Amino acid sequence: MSAGSEKSYYWAGFRMGMPFLLVVIPFGMLFGVVATEAGFTSFQTMAFSSVVFAGASQFAALQLMVEDAPILIVIVTALAVNLRMAMYSASLAVWLGEAPLWKRALIAYVNVDQSYAVSINRFEDEPHLTLSQRIAFFFGAVSPVCPMWVVATALGIWVGDAIPDWMALDFAVPICFLAIIAPMMRTLAHMLSAVTSIVLALLFAGLPYNLGLLIAALIAMMIGAQIEVWMTRKAGRAAS
Amino acid sequence: MNEHYIWTVILVLGVGTYLIRFSFLGLIGGKDLPEWVLRHLRYTAVAVLPGLIAPLVLWPAATGGDVDPARLSAALVTFGIGLLTSNVIAAILCGGATLFGMIWVLGAY
Repeated sequence: MSAGSEKSYYWAGFRMGMPFLLVVIPFGMLFGVVATEAGFTSFQTMAFSSVVFAGASQFAALQLMVEDAPILIVIVTALAVNLRMAMYSASLAVWLGEAPLWKRALIAYVNVDQSYAVSINRFEDEPHLTLSQRIAFFFGAVSPVCPMWVVATALGIWVGDAIPDWMALDFAVPICFLAIIAPMMRTLAHMLSAVTSIVLALLFAGLPYNLGLLIAALIAMMIGAQIEVWMTRKAGRAAS
Repeated sequence: MNEHYIWTVILVLGVGTYLIRFSFLGLIGGKDLPEWVLRHLRYTAVAVLPGLIAPLVLWPAATGGDVDPARLSAALVTFGIGLLTSNVIAAILCGGATLFGMIWVLGAY
């Protein structure tokens, strides 16, 4: 495999990763602002973004911490938000599993929604790619987004105090999440899973230890999976 | 929030998240995962995030937990635009515009 073609796949990935900066920069800045407002020091906020490196779960943990939830609930709920990455890991392993351990260890650290989505699309579209071309593409897709997550957090810490009250920043987090969730409603199963999650989370809001969200999520997950089974069965019957 | 609480969450969540990400890449056998597990994993994001956001939308802390027409309509617009266009940036911009517009119209600040 020539180094030239690896380089071109790196840049192909890089170009595919670029548009996500439009989401990652404001989202990272928002985390910097909200975390310091919640009482984190700048150092703790930076450590949070670089060690955990998973925006949605960081906001979820932060929200529960502000509500003084028990530590176990904070961790389990935030990890539940990240469980989808086990699925990313499984499907990337099919394409990148032959890479040396240290590369797989690094791939795992930067295995975020955006790099996964872009890479898996390309791997499936072009199954003939060599392993090193795939790795080059993956790291290309990651390069614009991942460092900027940490940089954006720092920017957020820096501008945090300067944001006036009338900007209603409290609502920036729900708006960002809603914008991210909406395009996930790809099938009826996804929609009903989301509706279940909302209804049950509201119903169980009063449960002790902030357990409500966790129970709601667990049931919503099973509903989504079950509806997928029904839909596939129905589609199978219609086809036969 | 004391320092011990914050650092424990950062470290345990950091290690846990890394292990989730490394899981199948580390063990190589991504194909061996049973289908029913994969099927459940597909729904984790849509099962957790809407439930996390719903109370913040319906009972925002900024209004002391009362339903706020400005925030509620901003949320609906954001979700609607996101659903129709799948464009995250457009959804955020429209939602933000609705929020500021409504706050201005209702004179909430």
